[in-house]
Amino acid sequence: MAHHPNLSPEEAHKANVRNIWKVTAILAGITFFEFTLAFMMAPGMARNAIFIILTIVKAFYIVAEFMHLRSEVKSLIYAIIFPLAFVVWFIIALLSEGSFIIDYK
Amino acid sequence: MSTVAVPKKRSIWDGGESPLKVSYGKLMMWFFLLSDAFTFSALLITYGMIRYMHPTFVGRPAEFTFSIEYWPIPERVYEALPFITGHYPLIFVGIMTFILILSSVTMVLAVEAGHRMDQRDVEKWMLWTIVGGIAFLGCQAWEWNHFIHGEGIGTKMVDGSLFTGANLFQNQYGPPAFADLFFFITGFHGFHVFSGVVINIIIFYQVVMGIMAKRGHYEMVEKVGLYWHFVDLVWVFVFTFFYLI
Repeated sequence: MAHHPNLSPEEAHKANVRNIWKVTAILAGITFFEFTLAFMMAPGMARNAIFIILTIVKAFYIVAEFMHLRSEVKSLIYAIIFPLAFVVWFIIALLSEGSFIIDYK
Repeated sequence: MSTVAVPKKRSIWDGGESPLKVSYGKLMMWFFLLSDAFTFSALLITYGMIRYMHPTFVGRPAEFTFSIEYWPIPERVYEALPFITGHYPLIFVGIMTFILILSSVTMVLAVEAGHRMDQRDVEKWMLWTIVGGIAFLGCQAWEWNHFIHGEGIGTKMVDGSLFTGANLFQNQYGPPAFADLFFFITGFHGFHVFSGVVINIIIFYQVVMGIMAKRGHYEMVEKVGLYWHFVDLVWVFVFTFFYLI
């Protein structure tokens, strides 16, 4: 939960709720944009790249704002984020493995 | 031996303090979600790899027809709506996505109400979250039902026969692995939604009974909230990699 040291509890409550709806609008907006893009843009690497970037943006907002990871201490943020490097490794590993299998099939 | 107390600077990691500034339960929920993230990453990366190993359809999407020779175009597979006939590509999954995002919002509002110790608001928002979860599960049940039974005269299989619908061995949409991955990934996610709804109901019951108010905090709502947001987060990725790309 975001901390507002200078606000009264009532004002802090209002600020929090406003922030929640702001993030909701961002998530809904991005999803709607992805949706239109699925019909307006020809399939291909460029479209896939845009989809993946927008997905990561959405993931950032969900984890940072809805799960409040942004307002946790740094050590906890790193403890959650750094292990995800294994996912990056796994993507690279299976991409290289996948192209190997295709070549030898 | 003279003992001179050397004032040594204590680090927060020297004990007696909680360096991550969260309770044990919340920390373990985070670590559980991290491990679950690995599971889902593995499933989705496997999907990517198996899809990449199959030939893609060359030609315009309008000319696309189902065949076991190549991977299907998602918007041609998921284009049905309940109660209406016709082609509405991706509309239904779009609705499902919005239901899940909205139930995530009501969950975070319940957590916020918990910080204010406002039992009535926690009850209200948790109930909406449960409704959203059940609505999503209902949509998924319909989608599975439609996917399994299929539409049209079917697609020619390896043995030359026509097959409509899908099971684990053959399907009308594309290679057998396509339906297998659909059942596995959306099924595993759906099971998470289901367990999330069950946990939500248990916590909702405890809130209504005043157990949290007596305890003096609503941390259990925060913990189940973390789980619920994670389920939404996974759906964001499933939506992109399964339905959009």
